[in-house]
Amino acid sequence: MASISGKPPFKETNRVIVKSETFASIDDSVNKPIETAPFKTPLWWWIGFFMAASLLGVYLVTITMLITKGIGIFGNNQPVAWGFPIINFVWWIGIGHAGTLISAALLLFRQPWRTSINRAAEAMTIFAVVCAGLYPILHLGRPWVFYWLAPYPNTFGLFPQFRSPLDWDLFAISTYASVSILFWYIGLVPDFATLRDRARNTFMQWFYSLLSLGWNGSAKAWQRYMRAYLILAALSFPLVLSVHSTIAMDFAVGQLPGWNNTIMPPYFVAGAVFAGFAMVNILAIPLRKAFGLERLITYRHIDNSSKLMLATGMIVVYGYAVELFMAWYSGVEFERYMAFNRVLGTDHGWAFALLIFCNLIAIQPLWSKRVRQNMTMVFIISIIVSIGMWLERYVIVVVTLTKDFLPGSWGDYVATFWDYSMYLGSFGLFFTLWFLFIRLLPSIATSEMKELQHHDSHHGSDYYEEQRAEEFSKKGLPV
Amino acid sequence: MSIDISKIRTTLASQQGKAYWRSLDELADTQEFRHFMAEEFPNQAAPLESSLNRRDFMKLLGASLALAGLTSCVRPVKISEKIVPYVKAPEQIIPGKPLFFATALTQGGYGVGLLAESHQGRPTKVEGNPDHPASLGATDATTQATVLSLYDPDRSQETLKQGQSQNWSDFVANLQGAFANLANGEGLYILTENVTSPTLAQQLNELATEFPATKWHQYDTMHADNAYRGAELAFGETAHTLYDFSKADVIVSLGADFLGEGPNKVRYSKDFARRRKVLSAEDEMNRLYLLETSPSITSPVADHKLSLNSAKIAAFASSLAKELGLGAAALDTEHEAFIAALVEDLKAHQGSSLIIAGEGQAPEVHALAHAMNAELGNVGSTVIYTEAVDANPMHHGDSIRGLVEAINAGSVQVLLMVGGNPVYNAPADLKFAEALANVPFSAHLSLYYDETSVLTTWHIPQTHYLETWSDARAFDGTVSISQPLIAPFYGGKSAHEFLAAVLGDAEASSYDIVRQYWKNQVSGNFDGFWQQVVYKGVLDGTAAPAKTLGLTEALPAIEASEAGMVLNFKFDPNIQDGQHANNGWLQEIPKPITKIVWDNGAYVSLKDAESLKLSNGDLIQLTADETTITAPVWVLPGQAEGAITLSLGFGRESAGKVGNGVGVNAYLLRQGTNLWNTPIEVKKVSGHHKLVTTQYHHDYEGTTERRHIVRHGTLEEFKAHPEHPEFVHPVEHPESDLYDVFEYDSYAWGMVIDMSVCTGCNACVTACQSENNIPIVGKHQVEVGREMHWIRVDTYYGGNPDNPEFYMQPINCMHCEQAPCEPVCPVGATVHDTEGLNVMVYNRCVGTRYCSNNCPYKVRRYNFLQFAELTTNATELSLAQNPDVTVRSRGVMEKCSYCVQRIQQAYISSENEGRSMVDGDVVTACQSACPMEAIVFGDINNPDSAVAKNKASKLNYALLEELNTRPRTTYLAKLTNPNSALAGEESGVHS
Repeated sequence: MASISGKPPFKETNRVIVKSETFASIDDSVNKPIETAPFKTPLWWWIGFFMAASLLGVYLVTITMLITKGIGIFGNNQPVAWGFPIINFVWWIGIGHAGTLISAALLLFRQPWRTSINRAAEAMTIFAVVCAGLYPILHLGRPWVFYWLAPYPNTFGLFPQFRSPLDWDLFAISTYASVSILFWYIGLVPDFATLRDRARNTFMQWFYSLLSLGWNGSAKAWQRYMRAYLILAALSFPLVLSVHSTIAMDFAVGQLPGWNNTIMPPYFVAGAVFAGFAMVNILAIPLRKAFGLERLITYRHIDNSSKLMLATGMIVVYGYAVELFMAWYSGVEFERYMAFNRVLGTDHGWAFALLIFCNLIAIQPLWSKRVRQNMTMVFIISIIVSIGMWLERYVIVVVTLTKDFLPGSWGDYVATFWDYSMYLGSFGLFFTLWFLFIRLLPSIATSEMKELQHHDSHHGSDYYEEQRAEEFSKKGLPV
Repeated sequence: MSIDISKIRTTLASQQGKAYWRSLDELADTQEFRHFMAEEFPNQAAPLESSLNRRDFMKLLGASLALAGLTSCVRPVKISEKIVPYVKAPEQIIPGKPLFFATALTQGGYGVGLLAESHQGRPTKVEGNPDHPASLGATDATTQATVLSLYDPDRSQETLKQGQSQNWSDFVANLQGAFANLANGEGLYILTENVTSPTLAQQLNELATEFPATKWHQYDTMHADNAYRGAELAFGETAHTLYDFSKADVIVSLGADFLGEGPNKVRYSKDFARRRKVLSAEDEMNRLYLLETSPSITSPVADHKLSLNSAKIAAFASSLAKELGLGAAALDTEHEAFIAALVEDLKAHQGSSLIIAGEGQAPEVHALAHAMNAELGNVGSTVIYTEAVDANPMHHGDSIRGLVEAINAGSVQVLLMVGGNPVYNAPADLKFAEALANVPFSAHLSLYYDETSVLTTWHIPQTHYLETWSDARAFDGTVSISQPLIAPFYGGKSAHEFLAAVLGDAEASSYDIVRQYWKNQVSGNFDGFWQQVVYKGVLDGTAAPAKTLGLTEALPAIEASEAGMVLNFKFDPNIQDGQHANNGWLQEIPKPITKIVWDNGAYVSLKDAESLKLSNGDLIQLTADETTITAPVWVLPGQAEGAITLSLGFGRESAGKVGNGVGVNAYLLRQGTNLWNTPIEVKKVSGHHKLVTTQYHHDYEGTTERRHIVRHGTLEEFKAHPEHPEFVHPVEHPESDLYDVFEYDSYAWGMVIDMSVCTGCNACVTACQSENNIPIVGKHQVEVGREMHWIRVDTYYGGNPDNPEFYMQPINCMHCEQAPCEPVCPVGATVHDTEGLNVMVYNRCVGTRYCSNNCPYKVRRYNFLQFAELTTNATELSLAQNPDVTVRSRGVMEKCSYCVQRIQQAYISSENEGRSMVDGDVVTACQSACPMEAIVFGDINNPDSAVAKNKASKLNYALLEELNTRPRTTYLAKLTNPNSALAGEESGVHS
């Protein structure tokens, strides 16, 4: 574990930043791990990277197999024409949402606590979108012609069929990916300049100066930077709502019982943010320990994201309740049976029971501040939530498709080895990118942290902060 | 390098159709050539190293020449015999336009007339010949699939002597050698299947003349031995019995699956269904009382049904005969009310009723049925006795028994077997295989190198019926001459050529033999006669003349038999007696009712399963006379208590790559003289065998019923509310739409499926498979739910699970006017045309499968893997493909197109003739095959079309109409015609 010398012994805090932090200490704690010579890279990083890269290898083998043999290597069938790949697609894209919410929405709402985790969250968004975006392409029967979904001039004289939600997906995901990458990159520019300026060898200097786009730190540069950043934040914010709504349309536009529900878009968005914050916790809790970033990513951050997780989780559960109620209230046999089959069906009822445990019961301890302040508990709950949200998509995609209108065409679904290997493999892709990110790029936005530190030290704590500190110390919680 | 010229000549002499070779080296098969080939085509040459013969090698090489070198891609060039197209003269061959030729195949020896579709010399599809009395234009599932067998690479392709490759001339020489020491043919035995062919019969007679001591035995598994013996019991002489369902109002089947089994089933289906089709409340229906041991193809159209084992059916027959006033014992005490009502109904329909005994019933039951029909005055109207149609009527079971006895007595010197596979399917106690080993010289002419061929001294490959000239008599005696569509694809000899060789003319061709026979039969202008008969496929006026028979005085008594588990044998509805076991289409068709594929299960009743603690896939040991086999269990609603049914035809060892080792061989337990039922000991053993089905949910009760998918009622209910029968529209769904509905102002294609007559026989499924190049996927892929059939028959069970009613619902693409699949396709690969077809653009499909998810009928089929053969790995089977239909690649969605290629053909023809299409111009593959005429297709904009009239019926309803999809395929609610006197009786029919 990278240690930072010359620092007083560390005490966990609930402040957004430790009071004793200075510009230099922020720069040091974030950039030191990046500047470390390759051979001094900590062992844990190598282990993690190796494991991730191995899984990436599994992913590549699966893709090779898929392209060679076809979709038949998966468990998909008639009637369950969509299986793991679509579940994983929705799951990954959902995870990305917390990143955008943190970086864009909370920026616009002027929530200073977002600062230390927004960079990592944005990176998570982009990597999750990469993982998600590959699924719909790979799960095509003929992935090599995926670009037929795009409107481009061609000699066939053909155009996409814009009534299809799958075509909306194409636009939703590509917009989301491009805006997220831009936003992320713009935010990185001043930090790249810092790294360039701190560089001790020519390669690093060359590498980071290329990335920093000639940043000179002038007031004019800052002014334009801030404007661009805010504009992009404003552009990203609606995406939080629109992208997953569009994904939800894939189901809501379909006329299957269990899919054809108007509640799908808002409930999908809530689910996405829910799963996203769980993932933020899963990534941030080990990261702050491993890189010694506890001063910058404090209990306050984890506490807040857990609260958001609880809130959105309860919205999702409300969605389940409404779905079941509407199925009954509609009086439609197909809907009623679908609800019955999801909850009590002999084949897949277990998935619903487990899902209720994960998404409803397991998050209830988060009402307690002590639980939210317990990193281990939050980490475990976040993992359970991630599983729960995967199961939710399993119920929506697979269980719905097994039993639709005509009992004569009902079927079943059993995932194959390749289904699992592709899912695990996508973790390989995600974590390979993640490990490269934390090793090569500043995982905390130093320029913004310095701004926060400046604000914190010059304008002092506000009244609310003092109240909170008092209350926390009474309970014996870190101040 | 030297070339052996004489070897070349021999090689060429042994060629049948092939006129291509690339060098003399190739013909001589020299070392140098082999070496050259190994260098040039290493992959193809590899099998050569592993001692494959030349012929196989040529086949492999054929692939590298893009099949151009294959013998029969083109119209046979060597053949100089003239064959006659059905519709158009041969000089009109236009690439892309198929020709149709009348021909015939035999089932159990009896001819069934066909029209075979030929594309540039390649037969790709068969249709029924509308002029043929056993077809009337329809076919069954098995017949449809015979096209695939023609190209089957596993077919026998060379003359073999104890497994060693030989020439035909070697065989002829050996045969003559074997004959040399037979005086008068003493010791010469011929075993054939059932023979009706006049030419073949003539040849056999010639043989008997030449060698007077020759013995001719027949063994055909499909031969109706019990009916034969029953007629002997009833009349003291043999009788050939025909039924006329067109005159029958009340039908009682004593265990007869007359719509699903027997050589005349297609004709019977046509006649039966035409008396059952109801469009308006004025129409009348026949009534069927069905007694059966195991659910069959006939079950779904029964009005009253009893599930009884054969002993109880016999007891029932006896009681029924008694109640009808015949001197029989009242053995059935359980169904007194049923019998009383039945008797009343029968007596009310004197002369228009019909009692049929199934082949699985004892001869005594057949005799009783004859007596009852006579009593009811049905003889001459619904029952017709004719002169024999078989060339040599005999009891086949006795015949083969006699043959084995002769072998065991050492009197058989030469045994010539023309077709058949007795080693596999003769009664097991005869131990035919062991006996065969004692025959000094045996030869077997057969389509496959099968279980029997392996054990004979000589095996001669036989020609497929589409490769040879022959003739056959239909079940009613009508003669048809069958013509070949293609030169023998894998070489081989026909039965005529084989017998000619026995008679001393080894070079005779079937064409000459058959033609010569008929030349001797007709006087006057023979060429004109020949032209006409071959063209039409039927020789009019040759039906067997009716015969008057007198019943013998005494009625045979039925003996009451004690209870005990009985094993009941049955032909598989698809592969029949096993002769089609290597046909992938037939193996993969879901069996009627159970929907099992690629297997045979032991059908066990619910009650027996309960007491024996059995569930699907459990293994049971079946022991009869110290022979034991192990079979997987399938618990089947409607199976009679105390009877286990196992289909024949499985467990083949030498069927070919497809059929070997599929299922269990039930013939092993088929012993003695009662070949259809045997007392059995049942023991559950450990282990499990997965029986794969295509439908998991059959229960009609509960959610299925509330979905109003199957709508059914009785004729009486319909007559009570002729304008608005409530059972057709249990819930009103007013049509409303936010948008304007598209006006279809030219043709508007639509289909109506009559559930009242659908039996689930699968003729439509196979016809569709053949017409539309639908690949098979194998057992495992079906297990995971990836079967590709474009039309399926959903089966639901309603009522009492011990004796349910079966609802058959064929489902193909509904061609919804507002198709849910269309708006969700991101690339517009599935779109609507102006005539209302939902068309699939394979080239545009990227394979998102969203269309399938959104299809409420789940009719779309997806190529999850490369199921169709690619050109790079194509076998000869790909030659059976219809060139009018695209072969779909992996990753592409497909579905029923309403046979759009046929619509286009009809469109082009009508445009050329300057007219618009009329009703009947377009007949879909499923429609033309359907023996029950349950499928009607046509232009719904034309009020005079049959489909428009069907749609106007008050019984017409759209499946899932509440979804507003406006499907073009609609259904006629299922009607039954139960006897009101039996209301409330437990008779397996919803009332």
